[in-house]
Amino acid sequence: MTTTLPTDSSARLPGLIRRLTGDEKHAPSAHSTVDVLQVLYDRVLRVTPDTADDPERDRFLLSKGHGPAAYYAVLAAHGFIPDAWLDDLAGPESRLGHHPDRLLVPGVEIGSGSLGHGLGLAVGTALGLRAQGLRKARVYVLLGDAELDEGSNHEAIAYAGATGLDSLTAVVVDNESASHGWAGGIASRFTVNGWTADTIDGRDHEALYAALTGHRPGHPHLVVARIESKG
Amino acid sequence: MTDMRTAFIDTTTALLDEDPRTALVLADISASQFASAGHRHPDRVLNVGIREQLMIGVAGGLALTGLRPIAHSYATFLVDRAYEQIKLDLDHQGVGAVLVSIGASYDGSAEGRTHQSPGDVALFDSLGDGWTVRVPGHPDEVAPLLRDAVTTDDPIYLRLCEQRNAEAYPGATRLRVLRRGLTNAPLVVAVGPMLGPTLAATEGIDVTVAYTHTPRPLDTPGLRALANTDVVLVEPYLAGTSSALVSRALADVPHRLLALGVGQTDLRRYGDPADHARWHGLDADGLRRSISAFLGSVGG
Repeated sequence: MTTTLPTDSSARLPGLIRRLTGDEKHAPSAHSTVDVLQVLYDRVLRVTPDTADDPERDRFLLSKGHGPAAYYAVLAAHGFIPDAWLDDLAGPESRLGHHPDRLLVPGVEIGSGSLGHGLGLAVGTALGLRAQGLRKARVYVLLGDAELDEGSNHEAIAYAGATGLDSLTAVVVDNESASHGWAGGIASRFTVNGWTADTIDGRDHEALYAALTGHRPGHPHLVVARIESKG
Repeated sequence: MTDMRTAFIDTTTALLDEDPRTALVLADISASQFASAGHRHPDRVLNVGIREQLMIGVAGGLALTGLRPIAHSYATFLVDRAYEQIKLDLDHQGVGAVLVSIGASYDGSAEGRTHQSPGDVALFDSLGDGWTVRVPGHPDEVAPLLRDAVTTDDPIYLRLCEQRNAEAYPGATRLRVLRRGLTNAPLVVAVGPMLGPTLAATEGIDVTVAYTHTPRPLDTPGLRALANTDVVLVEPYLAGTSSALVSRALADVPHRLLALGVGQTDLRRYGDPADHARWHGLDADGLRRSISAFLGSVGG
């Protein structure tokens, strides 16, 4: 059986997100991750509901697990989960909580919520795929700029850079919410460790697509997707 | 004679050669001993540097792709420091790993509290009932337990130490009786390296001594079959770690329980492991005093 998937989920996303949040006032752009997720699932990731268990699939790991409305909506738009699941977010019988659980939601690669766990898991996933010769599969992991406060990220940044883990792309959605900021810029934390980096307008889908596919051999890649300040 | 750490290194090196599913994650500790294995299997021998949070995160990621990770360091760095990674990057993801520690409660006696982990097994108890905890009491128990561990995808903790019993009992997953007392004799359960001092301490006392290297899951059917009124636990980690399990297993049986093990207090003393065993009352003399007092007390 083949499933026809939308390659442009933009028409459906506002309605799907409203089913989750009940919020009529705010546009989808109120959700910081929606544009990155839309470009990833519409245009970049080689994964569908039919290949969700294929060892060769691309992996997307949502490290910043809080505020997952846009993630659930994109998963529904692409057929990983039924739309009806969106109507009962965090209800007693719901599979969708305020943080996603990989054992409850098809297509979700990791359970997340506590900050600073996704990048280490992504490094391990990339290493595991490499050790098994699955070289087509790429690993994307999405973090927030405030999430980088957690020291565990810096263990992963240094190691992935030092070992040239080039099947890994980290995306940091930067809405300037880190309490003490990142003097000198977020990208510099990665590039000093050997990563390549693109810092782009996180609402610009063409710029996002170019950056999300802009990795180079021999280096892990970073995309800093800058959006309007949370404050 | 080979020690437990060497047995672990030799067995893991062989497993890396034999089984392409096996992967080893290190945080500098023991890295030099795995250098030749790393040359042969550069994609499956991964030293992340002194980064224990990442070590467990990487183990979780490897397991998510279908590999069987072994992660290794001192217990205090592997378990205490990376506790939330064990909880979330392994347990919550629904994947397992083989965690192999050295150092135990006070092998690092001269190093001080920073290198000691008497609370590691209690931490696994806080994670639910999924973990198998192996506490070998002899180096010859290490290879079979490790080989058994890598054939599954289960979460397994292997706690190595420098103390050893006189003999190995690789099959003692369940309670194994090594000395049988008379009818209704008290039961003394010795875990891992506590067997040697326990046998010495109970010489000439009418007790049944049973041994296991696997405190989790505890052999509660065996415990119920062997226990009479008086039960003594002798554990090489925090005293009382298994008390709740014993109480639950014997909930419908009138019994008294003495739980011996490492004390809660940071002694702030150095010396050697034998000194710490004595200070915690876990040498033969100390155990004999505690057990005799318990058995001789009212209500026995």
